[in-house]
Amino acid sequence: MAAVSTREIRKQFADVHAIDGISLVARDGEFMVLLGPSGCGKTTLLRIIAGLEKPTSGEVLIDGEVVNEMPPRARGIAMVFQSYGLYPHLTVWNNIAFPLRTQGTPREEIKRKVEWAAGLLGIDHLAQRRPRQLSGGERQRVALARALVRDPTVFLLDEPLSNLDAKLRASARSELKAFQQKVRTATIYVTHDQVEAMGMGDRIAVIDRGRLRQVGTPTEIYEHPADEFVATFLGTPPMNLIERDGGSLGFRPENFLPKDLLNGAPVVEFPFRVARVEYLGSEHILYGALDGRAAKREVTAKLPAHATLGGIAPGVERVFAVRETELRYFDRDGRKAQHP
Amino acid sequence: MTAITAVAPRPKSRFLLDRPELVGPLFIAPAILYVLVLVALPFFLALYYSVSAYTIFDPNYRYVGLKNFTDVIESDIFRRTLINTLVFTIGAQVIGLLLGKFAAMLLMQDFPGRGIARALVVLPWAVPVSLATLAWQWMFDSLYSVINWTLVAVGLLDPVHRLQWLGQQDLAMIAVTVVHAWRLFPFGVVIFIAGFTSVPQDILDAATVDGAGFWRRNYQIILPIIAPIIMIALIFGTVFTFTDLSVVYLLTKGGPINGTQVLGSLAFQVGILSGDVAHGAVICLFLFPFLLVAVIVLLRALRRREI
Repeated sequence: MAAVSTREIRKQFADVHAIDGISLVARDGEFMVLLGPSGCGKTTLLRIIAGLEKPTSGEVLIDGEVVNEMPPRARGIAMVFQSYGLYPHLTVWNNIAFPLRTQGTPREEIKRKVEWAAGLLGIDHLAQRRPRQLSGGERQRVALARALVRDPTVFLLDEPLSNLDAKLRASARSELKAFQQKVRTATIYVTHDQVEAMGMGDRIAVIDRGRLRQVGTPTEIYEHPADEFVATFLGTPPMNLIERDGGSLGFRPENFLPKDLLNGAPVVEFPFRVARVEYLGSEHILYGALDGRAAKREVTAKLPAHATLGGIAPGVERVFAVRETELRYFDRDGRKAQHP
Repeated sequence: MTAITAVAPRPKSRFLLDRPELVGPLFIAPAILYVLVLVALPFFLALYYSVSAYTIFDPNYRYVGLKNFTDVIESDIFRRTLINTLVFTIGAQVIGLLLGKFAAMLLMQDFPGRGIARALVVLPWAVPVSLATLAWQWMFDSLYSVINWTLVAVGLLDPVHRLQWLGQQDLAMIAVTVVHAWRLFPFGVVIFIAGFTSVPQDILDAATVDGAGFWRRNYQIILPIIAPIIMIALIFGTVFTFTDLSVVYLLTKGGPINGTQVLGSLAFQVGILSGDVAHGAVICLFLFPFLLVAVIVLLRALRRREI
């Protein structure tokens, strides 16, 4: 069943279309990621689902019910904000209890729920502290606990990891995913970070300039991008796109290898002139150009560090190849096309 | 290489202005001088005169101990003045800040002409106090009072019993307090707007999602968060009002029959206008313990509130 769905949501600020007709379904228990570059409208969409913004047109359904006219508190949602939005003057305990107090929950019930949520997130020992005295990771857990006690139909998370340092972010990512799997509540998670999206999402919705470009599992999105935008937004470095009559041909850098490394399967060959080599520890990234073929940007190849470069150096030209099964085709409008 | 060695060693004084231990005292000296000459010196001068029998008619210094203090404390006018000062200070703070808060809440809303409204609110600040008080004097005038006129027009006041705003002690006290609150009002508005805009949007959104209604949102979330800013406004306003004599002096001259005297105006009246410098100094010194206590109490509250 659908926990949340949006129907043809549009949002216009003055003459800017922040959201241009997005229809999306997040299923019960699903971890749905809204992924897109800054300013693509993903946070606006989340705020519309939460009820913090009104859509110009379109409907939001939560638990099968149209909630357009409902205030945020009545929608069965809980939200975790980018900077957590903890109340600085209240203790951790009172922060978590706040949404229950506004609902007029009985005292014993509040106590039970707060203790349960704090226990689940391992922050019971911080109950009497104030947000100022907590680390970034602890604050994030308090925000989660505050969301959890509301017993929502859906969690809305707005880039909750962006305030953590890189190391903490990795562990918070897996904790968050584990937490979601434990509570099994539908979650809509906004991020511009493709690693977070790939690592956490059951499905990813890629958004660009207010439009939904593709919805699918991480594998679908990565392996079979619906258009050139999705193809180049995901992957570091992004998919190579080279011009081909009336459209383009795409292949991932990690599939673009010296011909002699690829044996067996049928391949397409390209003469590759290397301009620069970057050593990144686990891999080499080669930058260069294809002789006789125009590319939309510098062509890259990603070689595992354990593969010998075999004399590949700046200025050298080699025959590289891609397996035919790894080639992707896009039409004149940049949309996915079948094999020519 | 030869070119480099040929350069003469630079004088050490070249980087003098980069040395904080030299520049620091230089920059802070004017402020210290200012405090010493215009705050510390008058304070000690007041202490010096307060134990003397110094008047401008008899400028010989004669030590009389604490006699002036007992004189002043035993005086009915002084006791009345002390109460007036407290009423004036607290009343003006409460009215000024409360109205300031409401106006700030209104001015936070989006409406056409908000920019002009915000500019107009600051007007009481921009108008010279003498000019503004003159306008208020007309509004409180026994014959031409627009306040009375309005009250009569809406039927709240019998035209026969027009209020003598500046001629009756309690009404005059209300009048000076209201005028001073009017002067504090823009300050309250500015402080509250600054406070409101400093509350992060995420916290306001969280409160909305958590189901906080108008009262809970304003008094359990926003007000506690901006409390430190309000405390600063309160300290500033209290000190500013406690030591102020301009409104009282311009509007009522402390009258009728000393009914609206505050410490500042009484000290001016006694010490300067009547020439009794010694007693004037004593009255002035009474400002000090009150202000000290007020500031300590507020600063402690501020530290406890700090979040």
